[in-house]
Amino acid sequence: MQTLTILAAEEGHELNPLVPHPIEMVLSLVVFGLLFFAVKKWVVPNFEATFSERTSAIEGGLAAAETKQAEADAKLAELDRQLSEARHEAARIREEAREQGATIVAEMREQAQAESTRIVEHGKAQIEAERQQAVTSLRAEVGSLATGLAGRIVGESLDDEARQSRVVDRFLAELEGAN
Amino acid sequence: MSSIATSVTRADGFTPPGPGDFNLPPIGPDKTFEFLGEHMYLGVTKPMIQLVLVAGLVFVFFWAASRKRAMVPGKLQYVGEQGYGFVRNSMGRDIIGSKDFLPYVPYLFALFFFLLINNLLASVPFFQFPTFSRAGLVYTLALMSWFVYIGAGVKKHGFVGWLKLTCVPSGVSPAMYPLLVPLEFMSNILVRPVTLALRLFCNMFAGHMLLILFALGGQYLITEMSIQYAPVGILAWLLFIVISFLELLIQFLQAYVFVLLNAMYIQGSLADEH
Repeated sequence: MQTLTILAAEEGHELNPLVPHPIEMVLSLVVFGLLFFAVKKWVVPNFEATFSERTSAIEGGLAAAETKQAEADAKLAELDRQLSEARHEAARIREEAREQGATIVAEMREQAQAESTRIVEHGKAQIEAERQQAVTSLRAEVGSLATGLAGRIVGESLDDEARQSRVVDRFLAELEGAN
Repeated sequence: MSSIATSVTRADGFTPPGPGDFNLPPIGPDKTFEFLGEHMYLGVTKPMIQLVLVAGLVFVFFWAASRKRAMVPGKLQYVGEQGYGFVRNSMGRDIIGSKDFLPYVPYLFALFFFLLINNLLASVPFFQFPTFSRAGLVYTLALMSWFVYIGAGVKKHGFVGWLKLTCVPSGVSPAMYPLLVPLEFMSNILVRPVTLALRLFCNMFAGHMLLILFALGGQYLITEMSIQYAPVGILAWLLFIVISFLELLIQFLQAYVFVLLNAMYIQGSLADEH
């Protein structure tokens, strides 16, 4: 046993580690070759597919987000526009209402003015007409009364129409002149 | 067996670890054969098992991680995507360029995790053996890298076009060609696969050797020497722990550098100017 160990050690000392073992040389190439083909066929395509899928998913997500953002921006602008339109509309309506109110007030005032004027005019006309009527009837009455009275006093018939009216008129004119 | 080993070491003094520690006997009968004047074990050895195991592990993990293809990844898928994305972006896209990196991603990706996990096995309990401290395993990977980057150049520029781009430096007067062209040929075509292989192999080999040395040396100082050497043995074990962490870094770096250089060589072959 002792000699065997020493022999082995001597053998080991002799062995040049740079000299390759032929079986190991072949084995290394075969094993690595198998690993290479297996990896090339079943591992690398999977990783590459995952990477590219992930890249496109991220890019797609970004594009979708951009679209959404643009849509939201457009919607916001639209709403803003509608809001400002509504504000304008409201202001316009208010303005219109104010104008209309003013117009109505003015019209009403005008109408009332006209009405009052009309009523006053009407009253005046009526008064004038009544006065005319009174004057006319008074004149006729006063004439006949005075004629009658004078006829009685002077005893002279004044039935002659023309003279009678002339006398009366003169009388009345004098009367008015005295007024 | 251990009592025999200690009796041997006591008889001979301390036996430092050597290249023989990497020539593990196969599982089952240990027949040998001769190759290039060396006696080789014929059979299934530990690094072979590790190699196959890691290939299966890497594939199953990333297959499971990539299978769901969820938009919002779970934990497993997230880790898988981070690993894949690291190789794809920092070594594929950033080095080779975003235009034509994709065809090389499966190669770089498989290579990186194949190397990384195999290297890390040196620090995983029960495995604790760097698969690529076996030169034969590394040589073929370097040779394959050589074919890949030359193939990339030849496919794009044609054989003569690629050879010209690789060996004839631009912006240099033709008078310098007799001097520069052989140099460029040497460094770009002959030396690259050799350095690629040796860098990985030697780092793994030396790192593991260092760890064995500190572990066994510490043990020898504590158990076999007189008591005043025990603190030195304990110090050796503490250093063993520190170096283990350094080794973790080296294991990652070597996998990274191997794949990074692959990417740079491919980029150089594809480039329109040297």
